[in-house]
Formats: sequence, C-alpha cells, structure tokens
Amino acid sequence: MLKITKLRKKFGDLEVLKGVDLTAEQGQVVAILGSSGSGKTTLLRCLNFLEIPEEGNIKIGDVSIDAQSYSSRELNLLRRQSAMVFQHYNLFRNRTCLQNVTESLLANKVMDRKNAEEYGIQLLRKVGLEDKKDVYPSKLSGGQQQRVSIARALAVKPRVILFDEPTSALDPELVAEVLNTIRAIAETHTTTMLIVTHEMNFAKEVADKVVFMEQGKILEEGTPGQIFRLPKNERTRQFLSRYLVPEYNI
Amino acid sequence: MAFDIKYMLDVLREIIPYTPITLFLAIASMFLAGILGLGIALVKQFQIPVLEQIAAVYVSFFRSIPTIVELFLIYYGLPQIFPIFSKMEALSATILGLSLKNAAYLSEIFRAGLLSVDDGQMEACIGVGISKVYAYQHIILPQAFQNALPGMSNTFISLIKESSLAFTLGLVDLFAQAKLIASDSFRFFEAYLAVAAIFWVLVVVLTLLQQHLEAYMQRYR
Ligand SMILES: Nc1ncnc2c1ncn2[C@@H]1O[C@H](COP(=O)(O)OP(=O)(O)OP(=O)(O)O)[C@@H](O)[C@H]1O
Ligand SMILES: [Mg+2]
Repeated sequence: MLKITKLRKKFGDLEVLKGVDLTAEQGQVVAILGSSGSGKTTLLRCLNFLEIPEEGNIKIGDVSIDAQSYSSRELNLLRRQSAMVFQHYNLFRNRTCLQNVTESLLANKVMDRKNAEEYGIQLLRKVGLEDKKDVYPSKLSGGQQQRVSIARALAVKPRVILFDEPTSALDPELVAEVLNTIRAIAETHTTTMLIVTHEMNFAKEVADKVVFMEQGKILEEGTPGQIFRLPKNERTRQFLSRYLVPEYNI
Repeated sequence: MAFDIKYMLDVLREIIPYTPITLFLAIASMFLAGILGLGIALVKQFQIPVLEQIAAVYVSFFRSIPTIVELFLIYYGLPQIFPIFSKMEALSATILGLSLKNAAYLSEIFRAGLLSVDDGQMEACIGVGISKVYAYQHIILPQAFQNALPGMSNTFISLIKESSLAFTLGLVDLFAQAKLIASDSFRFFEAYLAVAAIFWVLVVVLTLLQQHLEAYMQRYR
C-alpha cells in the first residue's frame, strides 16, 4: 500500500535522510519515534513532496514516483493520495471550519458544494465539532483546531494520513481529546496512518508497527511489543528509557 | 476683503459638479495601478528571471520622481519622441501617470501582504492535494489582500489628492474650476477653502468606508 524505497534527502551538505525504506499495509497504523533532528518530519514531508527528495522511490496506492524522474502530473497524483496533519494545525484562516474541511473537495471538483457540505458536516460530527461549523479557526482552542484539521485530512479520503507530532503544540489538558480522535480513526483500520509522536503510551496502544529513526535512518522496526519491551538496538533502548517509566511487577 | 461665507458657498455649488472627475481619475488610476501592482508583486514573489530585475528598476524609478515631473514627462515630453502620444488627452495622460506611479507603491504593499501570509497556509493546501494555482486564488491572495487593505486605502486617499495635479496638464477639475472663478473675483481664500472642504469631506467619507471594510475583513482574525 505504502512503500518507500531508498529515500534520500539533503539540505545543502547535511544529509538528513540516508536511504530510508519503509512499508505499511492498508489500514496499518505506524508510529515513528526518534530523537530531535533524526529526520522524522523530513520523512513525512518528502511523502507529499513538501520537501523534494534527491533519490528514492515512493509508492502510495497505485501511484509510484521516482525522485529522479517524474512529471508534474504524477506529482499531483501522488499528492492526492495522502493528507497531512501538521503540528501547528495550519487551518485556512479565511475559511470557516466547514469550509476548511470542504475546500479540497471543491478545489478538485470531487463533489458539488451541496454534497461536499453534507459530507463535511458528517466529518465534523465525527471529530465532535459539528456545532463549530460556521466558526473561524481563530475562535477555536488548539485542540479543536487540530480536530478540524483531522476532519480536513479525512475529507480527501486519503490512502494515508501523515501526522507530524499532532499534539506537541497543545496544552497538556487538550492532548487527550486529539489523541482520542486519532485513536477512533485508527481503530477503524480503513486509512493507513503514519504518526510521528513523542506520546509513547499512545504509540504503544494504537500502533500496529513502531519505527525508530536515528540520524536519517530507520534503526529498528517491529510491533509495539517488540520495540517497547525488547528493543534490539542499544540506541533504541537508550531513547525509550528517557520516555518510559519502568514498569514494576509486584 | 473680509471672509465672505456666502461667496464660498456659491463657489462650492459651482465646483461640486466637478468632483466626479476627481473621483473618476482616482478610481480609474487605482484600478489600473492595482492590476499592474499585483503583477509586479507576483513577479517578485515567484522571482521570475529578467522580469524581476525590470520590476526592481521600475519600482525604484517611479517611487523616486515627483508626480508632477512624471506627468509633464508623459504629457509634454513623450509626444516629442513618439508622435502618436500627441493624440493623448490630458485625462488619459493623468490616469496613465498616476497608475504607473501608484503601481510601484501598490506592488510593495501587495508584496508585504503576501509575505505576511504564513507559509503553513500553502503547505496545508499541498498537504490536502490542492493545486498551487487554486491555493493562490482562494487561500493565499485573499489573506494577502486583507493584510494589504490598510496600505491600499492610504494609496487611494493619496490618489484622490494627487488627482488635483491634473490641472497642470490643462484638465478642468474642481481645483482648476475654482482657480478660474477666483481669478475673476480675486476671492482666492474662499475659492480654495471650498476646494479644501470638498477634499476633506471626500477623505472623511472614504476613511469611514475603509474602517467598515477593514472591520468586515477582520471577521476571521
Ligand atoms: N528546511 C531545512 N533546511 C535546512 N535544514 C533542515 C531543514 N529542515 C530540517 N533541517 C534539518 O534536518 C534535520 C532533520 O530535521 P527534522 O525536522 O526532519 O527532524 P525531526 O526528527 O522531525 O526532529 P523534531 O523531533 O525536533 O521535530 C535537522 O538537523 C534539521 O536541522
Ligand atoms: Mg519534527
């Protein structure tokens, strides 16, 4: 479903992705962990070419792109296979919540306005914000904005949703509402999800697969059980020990 | 000669019919300057080679020369080099001159407006598969326009005032008409005070409109 092969990305002389391989099945939830600067954000941003990789191949659904030769048509097709949820939400400021959700449907003429609005309201209901449909984003809390941005991503019916630290800009008391929203979508196992997060308990609970990145490479991957309980790599172990409170069995 | 308020009101009555010329000059110039200014701002935004350098020279030139020098250059100077320009009327010459000059100012205002739109807005468009062209039309430019609105209003207000330079090209606007009337009666103070009063009222009304428009545009702030 999602297949990344030998992906490389440089910023000037700095090699940020050093040949990343990753696959995900339809409906699979993949948590991406790693310390700051390891290239997690860059990896996600290469998947919709917000950053342009130098080398490698990206395949999402039926669309496959080689970084060294692709047409702008292929690029547009690739971009329409995924939807991104940003750390700082990036809702369209000049659009109401409902318009934020329906914009991509109207832009790409997927639906007419009436159907798009009905569908948009349905999605806002799913994230618990139907009553905010005519409100502008600036009037919402961070947690509410992030839930709208999740509805906006769902509207695209993407093959894969890319979450880049969706809760790390939020006040602690707002984290749970966003994680619950993501969990509810994850549990349906309809959309593939790549989630970069520092919420270890959340990753452990919802992910089907956990990936640990370090210095532009994937050092280790496995089920949450494998990674959190028996990490093979010493770096993974060190990293996790900083986040996980040891479990005491009495 | 003491101040004669009745005379001033007479002048006012005679010159008010000329205000549409002033407004027409300002609106037409604003419209053309807006289109050209947006073009220049986009050329700079997308760093289009060659055009970008031309735009820089253009802006620097038209920002530097006094409006009256520019109008003389166009109306009296151009026909000497290009004979077809001798057919140009004072009205067109004024609109051309004011448009060219204010396009330079507006391009800077639009550019600042574009720069103040958060990069995250375009990234979010791409992130949900919206094309860049659509993103500019529906998300980026409307926000840039809102940011540019105060600067645009100021440009329009100075255009209203600058339009009175048209009389130096022989166009009879309200200022020129007042001057004609005053040179008969020698009551310059009343005549020019009437002109000043009209400009004052125009600008006050425009400022009110501007405030309403800005309040409306601020609804999503
Ligand atoms: N636009 C850019 N220009 C230059 N260098 C960049 C750019 N974006 C990222 N980098 C560098 O690339 C490296 C990886 O950055 P990236 O943002 O992908 O890390 P990350 O794993 O997401 O980190 P964090 O957990 O802090 O978000 C870092 O060294 C960063 O400084
Ligand atoms: Mg990051």
